Amino acid sequence: MNDYNFAYLDEQTKRMIRRALLKAVAIPGYQVPFASREMPMPYGWGTGGVQVTAACLTPEDVLKVIDQGADDTTNAVSIRKFFQRTAGVATTEHTGEATLIQTRHRIPETTLHEGQILVYQVPIPEPLRFLEPRETETRKMHALEDYGLMHVKLYEDIARHGVIATAYAYPVKVEGRYVMDPSPIPKFDNPKLSDSAALQLFGAGREQRIYALPPYTTVVSLDFEDYPFEPTKADHACALCGSAESYLDEVIMDDAGGRMFVCSDTDYCATRRAEQDKSSAKI
Amino acid sequence: MDAISLQGGFAEAAPEAARAFRAVLNAMARPGTVEPVAGARPPAPLSMAAGVVLLTLADTTTPMHLAPSHDLPVVRDWITFHTGAPFVAAGRAVFALGDWAGLAPLDRFPIGTSEYPDRAATLIVEVAALAPATHRLTGPGILDAAQLRLPGGEAARLNAGRFPLGLDLILCCGDRLAGVPRTTKLEAL
Repeated sequence: MNDYNFAYLDEQTKRMIRRALLKAVAIPGYQVPFASREMPMPYGWGTGGVQVTAACLTPEDVLKVIDQGADDTTNAVSIRKFFQRTAGVATTEHTGEATLIQTRHRIPETTLHEGQILVYQVPIPEPLRFLEPRETETRKMHALEDYGLMHVKLYEDIARHGVIATAYAYPVKVEGRYVMDPSPIPKFDNPKLSDSAALQLFGAGREQRIYALPPYTTVVSLDFEDYPFEPTKADHACALCGSAESYLDEVIMDDAGGRMFVCSDTDYCATRRAEQDKSSAKI
Repeated sequence: MDAISLQGGFAEAAPEAARAFRAVLNAMARPGTVEPVAGARPPAPLSMAAGVVLLTLADTTTPMHLAPSHDLPVVRDWITFHTGAPFVAAGRAVFALGDWAGLAPLDRFPIGTSEYPDRAATLIVEVAALAPATHRLTGPGILDAAQLRLPGGEAARLNAGRFPLGLDLILCCGDRLAGVPRTTKLEAL
């Protein structure tokens, strides 16, 4: 396979993305503008994440791609195949074996370790965008550390619903400075952002922004003293592996209201079930 | 232009630049980590590591400032041939290359603006050694604390108190490099 440059992008583009990534790492939580390229997939399919992954991949990497925690959904499969074809890298579904994980909207349940890179696909990188549509204004707000509007939004949640109803893309503050959108991960995953051993990179293709969390960076979910942040999940255990700790997907089973809750992280669930099968086989 | 300027680039640009970038990325993301790099054979006084950084990150869109220690025809020719980066005064530099004494005073370099803190220079500093450590490093990327040898005592005050603005350093020594992003807090040991 030599029809494409290694990892699809040309070297000039990779240098531009790499420079943006280094500045993103040096200023945790700040959104670095970059000249996002057209990718051979539509916006909304992870073009930002794909470009970050392409700029970071080495031939020795082992790549894992997940979409909402699953390795076997359309988005994950197509991106994994894209890099198999254009970079020739090894791929895996096991979180622990991967050196680079591209994710859409989940952080794996298995704790990440040093030497791993987690690349997020980000639709709207600006946490203040739905409160203030003008880029010139949000840029000024970040410069002045003027995040009062975000707290008003969370307060209005409480006034209207009695709790902070924001369930995903829950805003965080990085190292006491920049308010950041963690991408639409469930707020259940927010605590895993902080002090992770892995390097976390965020790419927004359509919006042309890259940002980053270096390892061991303090990330705090915004909240109030009397309404502290609470990571939430469906109040069930996984119907397949029985885990009470993992984040669950609700699956509709029939048209009579039947439903089941299963782990959203397919690798975590499959690994647990394999271990259970092994131990029950011994008995 | 001497023939020496035409040599010493990456033999296989894509994979070698990819490996080099991962080393630089890891160095920046984990200050105090010393990363080996390979692939470039730049002319003296450029170190192999500085050559690798230039081949990996510099191109026609990155104005470059050379400190007197490195403002030599052979270095200019090598950088021009391999990267095409234009040479500029310190105030417009995206990258600056040189030894610590030659780069001073550091307030000449852009440190970004409050709205665009990323528009700050990256200093590629040639150092004689990365050990023994002279400073204790804390901050993002570091579990508890790390240690590193910095080229000068004044380096510790470099970015103090002006985050998110500041300069980012890549320290190059032979075939190894280390990163000191602006977030790193430095204390003399």
